[in-house]
Amino acid sequence: MPRPHGGKLINKLTIAALIDKRIEEAKELPKVDVSTELRIDLENIAVGLYSPLKGPLTKNDFDAVVDKGRLSNDVPWTIPILLDVSEKDSEKFKEGDSITISSNSENFAIIKVEEKYGWDKETYCQNVYKTNDAEHPGVQKTANMNPVLVGGELELFNETPGVFPQYRLKPEETRFLFKEKGWRTVAGFQTRNAPHIGHEYVQKTALSFVDGLFINPLIGKKKVGDFTDIVILESYEALIKNYFLKNAAILVTLEMEMRYAGPKEAIHHAIVRKNYGCSHFIVGRDHAGVGSYYGPFEAQEIFEDYPDLGIAPIFFRNFFHCNKCGGPQNDKICPHGEEDRVNYKGRVMRQLLSEGKYPDDTQMRPEVTEAILKHKQPFVE
Amino acid sequence: MGDEKVAIEISKELVDKVAEKIEGTSIATVEEYIELLLENEFPEETEYTAEEEELIRERLRRLGYIE
Repeated sequence: MPRPHGGKLINKLTIAALIDKRIEEAKELPKVDVSTELRIDLENIAVGLYSPLKGPLTKNDFDAVVDKGRLSNDVPWTIPILLDVSEKDSEKFKEGDSITISSNSENFAIIKVEEKYGWDKETYCQNVYKTNDAEHPGVQKTANMNPVLVGGELELFNETPGVFPQYRLKPEETRFLFKEKGWRTVAGFQTRNAPHIGHEYVQKTALSFVDGLFINPLIGKKKVGDFTDIVILESYEALIKNYFLKNAAILVTLEMEMRYAGPKEAIHHAIVRKNYGCSHFIVGRDHAGVGSYYGPFEAQEIFEDYPDLGIAPIFFRNFFHCNKCGGPQNDKICPHGEEDRVNYKGRVMRQLLSEGKYPDDTQMRPEVTEAILKHKQPFVE
Repeated sequence: MGDEKVAIEISKELVDKVAEKIEGTSIATVEEYIELLLENEFPEETEYTAEEEELIRERLRRLGYIE
């Protein structure tokens, strides 16, 4: 099992004995209200998922991450975690002060403000998203962010239970769990979809040379037409129950916003899985991509720049069902031509499912289809 | 890991390759890179107190992750 990123698992949760005191203190401090997504990011810092971060980035780290994809101490870090505030809010406090962070008017954390600073959104977008195109969801989000950034250490005293508390584990818990299961090597698999046969094939290929599979769906904001979170979880439960050896795979949710930053986000996703305790991370075609902003394998190529990442990527290229081979294949091992290959097309499968029909058995396991069709509305409306 | 160090001989060609690979990264020396690789192979166990261990085990059991 790799050491946590940066060497130590960060814990910025208030100890139980001090929670009431912090709740009272927070009432007296200047307050900044943040979005649900940012609250989740701050929780992820507090529980150690974003180790070694101890709070939203200070200027030195922000500059280093934007310029080099590394923190100021050179530790790999590619997605800036930012606390943005309005000019008006920023006037309520100065550097050295503590401020209360709330979301939907519920206080949940205190940040000791180390720095307040401005930022150049154009350079930021160009370096993180590789574009300034207003159509890119990350660029759109950045355009709507506030002009002042606040960096400093965080203490979180009010943790949300999570959307699916029964599937939400902290890194200290997953690390313990891997040890209990005797898993020395673990492959992390990120998903935002119900599993088709192609996914299963990738997972089992990885599982052939590691001890355990860590299936880690991203829970949170989704696009219209995506599978709902509950459908993703139940379809994976069906797959694990029927098609995996006992003690070979576990399902844990990750609440984290998608940035669609392609290669930079692939590194971020790998770091988070390293903090969970994974030794390997599966990176597919166009990982975390959107539209045609990134090359199909750019999210794999970027790992060349990070030999010091401390988690091994497992790359997969194109996979498909081959009629001649009679099963799932990929373009590294199947000698047959296009005429024999049937691609796993999520869009086509979703269309069939939306009509209440079963995709072909070579595309999706019937138990998985059943789990999906059990829901009247399996897609985000 | 402890602070005591010992010398190990490896081929100069390999050392040069590692030096090239780590250039511009957070790893300052070839020794550091090799230590990182080996530490991942033989990691330090995370220390839990008996009380922490019991709390985590109980929660994992309750959620069905362990029996």
